[in-house]
Amino acid sequence: MDRVLFGDNQFFGVNHMSEEKARQQLLRFKDAASIIEVLDQAYDLGIRTFMCTTHDRIGEICDHMRANRTRYRDFIYYPCMPYAHKYANSVSQVGLFETLQKYATGGTVSTVVRGAIGALTQDVVALMKLLVDAEMKRFEGLATPVIFVQNVVTDLLLGLKFTSVFAQFGRYVKERYGAEPGFITMNLPMLLPTLKAAEVENPIVCANINKIGFRMCGGIESYREALRTHRCRAIAMSVLGSGAIAPAEAIEWVCRFEGVQSIVFGASSEKNIRNTRDLIAQHWGPLQQTAS
Amino acid sequence: MGLSHFAIANALPDAAVVAICDTSRYVLSMLRKHTGVQTYTDVGEMIREAGLDCLFVATPTSTHFECARTALEHDLHLFVEKPLTLSPAQSEQLASLAAQRKRINMVGFHNRFIATFREARRLVRGGALGEITAVNGSAFGPVVLKERGSTWRSRKAEGGGCLHDYACHVVDLLNFLLGKPQRVLSGQMRSIYSRDVEDAVSAVIDYGHAKAQVETNWSDDTVRKMTTTVSVKGDRGELLVDRQELRIDLLSGPHGAYPPGRTTRHITDLQEPVPFYLRGEEYSAQVYSFFDAIRSGTLEHENSFASACDTDRVLDSIARASDATRSAS
Repeated sequence: MDRVLFGDNQFFGVNHMSEEKARQQLLRFKDAASIIEVLDQAYDLGIRTFMCTTHDRIGEICDHMRANRTRYRDFIYYPCMPYAHKYANSVSQVGLFETLQKYATGGTVSTVVRGAIGALTQDVVALMKLLVDAEMKRFEGLATPVIFVQNVVTDLLLGLKFTSVFAQFGRYVKERYGAEPGFITMNLPMLLPTLKAAEVENPIVCANINKIGFRMCGGIESYREALRTHRCRAIAMSVLGSGAIAPAEAIEWVCRFEGVQSIVFGASSEKNIRNTRDLIAQHWGPLQQTAS
Repeated sequence: MGLSHFAIANALPDAAVVAICDTSRYVLSMLRKHTGVQTYTDVGEMIREAGLDCLFVATPTSTHFECARTALEHDLHLFVEKPLTLSPAQSEQLASLAAQRKRINMVGFHNRFIATFREARRLVRGGALGEITAVNGSAFGPVVLKERGSTWRSRKAEGGGCLHDYACHVVDLLNFLLGKPQRVLSGQMRSIYSRDVEDAVSAVIDYGHAKAQVETNWSDDTVRKMTTTVSVKGDRGELLVDRQELRIDLLSGPHGAYPPGRTTRHITDLQEPVPFYLRGEEYSAQVYSFFDAIRSGTLEHENSFASACDTDRVLDSIARASDATRSAS
């Protein structure tokens, strides 16, 4: 796993500090070309792993990468699924069952097939597989060595104590895509023992880890303890606390946080990508990204 | 909402979700199999048999009244999703029943648990802006972007529509900031895509000391998700607040720790952490404050049925004002 990963919140109007900034970004990145331009900058600066939500627009970016394989030879995707708002908006409009049917089948099925799908969705594992496949379609032929479950789903399952799915997801992505499972969470100290109990060994996890403890449920010290006592590969996100911490201070703190193996960050300009990369290099050494 | 409350309530070590009632046998069989809860299709039966301390009601709004009344008659503490009911009279009946039975009674107006809005309230009520001269509350989001809808949200009789889904949040937030509403001065509801319900609502509410303009639209795809904003203007300054940011301009001197001029504060430094996070601190904070109230036995808590009645009365007046305007034209 690379030590420095590129995130995608800036592309899809996610900003935890300012609705205004989020909106500006949503407008700026309205087309795939503007996203690709920034991805190119990151890639040319040596950051080749793109941790991306399975947003509708990702499909166009994947098409571009497939059409330019030589240019993007070392480009790696870490898909993070599902894009929750897509499902949430659909659930409130057409209902849970219809939504599952729609996304599990790509939305173009006959009534007869719908009936069969209906029976299949009674089985949660079969349903999970269908949804993973539907989300993974757009990444066909591209490198996806880690496939993540978004925090809204990880933490929902964690709260429901519906945790057998974690191991089943892990087995499925290994078997079907040769990928490792990853879990994004806002509740790392609760998740790690749960994954251990579910027999997900040495999991890849991604959680907020930042100096102000923003969205670190249980607090900074319990994160420290959880990472010290559980074997895992941890990726720190929201390291700048959504912009609340000065970059140099934020990066120094997180680079010294025991157990953090990688950092994922998002930026919209070459200058900010370069600055963050260089700040990390000051603590972890120059970027020498190696595949896992 | 139901699943989200389930996860949040169930995540704490000293609480457990023991039973669930739903009309979908698919959801029930899945939850029974994988989480071990008892499942019911009849809420009365669940209340009588499952040995509950409290109940969360996250069903279509038209069913809130019956569920809530049965629960209160069996002395359960009660959390009901917003809005409380579709009729001010029914909401008032529930509020008095809850008070009489001394049960904790909370409605899910989660904005009241967002730290930026809480800070805005402190500033407005503390006189930071002086005399209030203009207030605007808005909510925009991409819920309905085509004609066809097949859930209860697209059916008026069940509580669907922008009034009870979006406008209720803005009205409740304005009540939170400004106090008890006096009357509705005007109300308009219009459809953009939907056949049976309104997709946009605007209104003017009189709070006695200030008038507030409400503007909501759930068929707006220029935003990624529901975006709620309030601006308050006074003779000493003005503020603009959403769930992430609070910006205040003080024109004539400091207020407490706020210096004259512009100050911007963010959720990152205002929001208290929660023990378990799912979709936003506010969703967890409201559930855990409900539990705290049950433990301490206090009936003085946020989002009581009585406070939700104020919101329901305003919504009802907006609908009436809109009908009256339509029949007049």
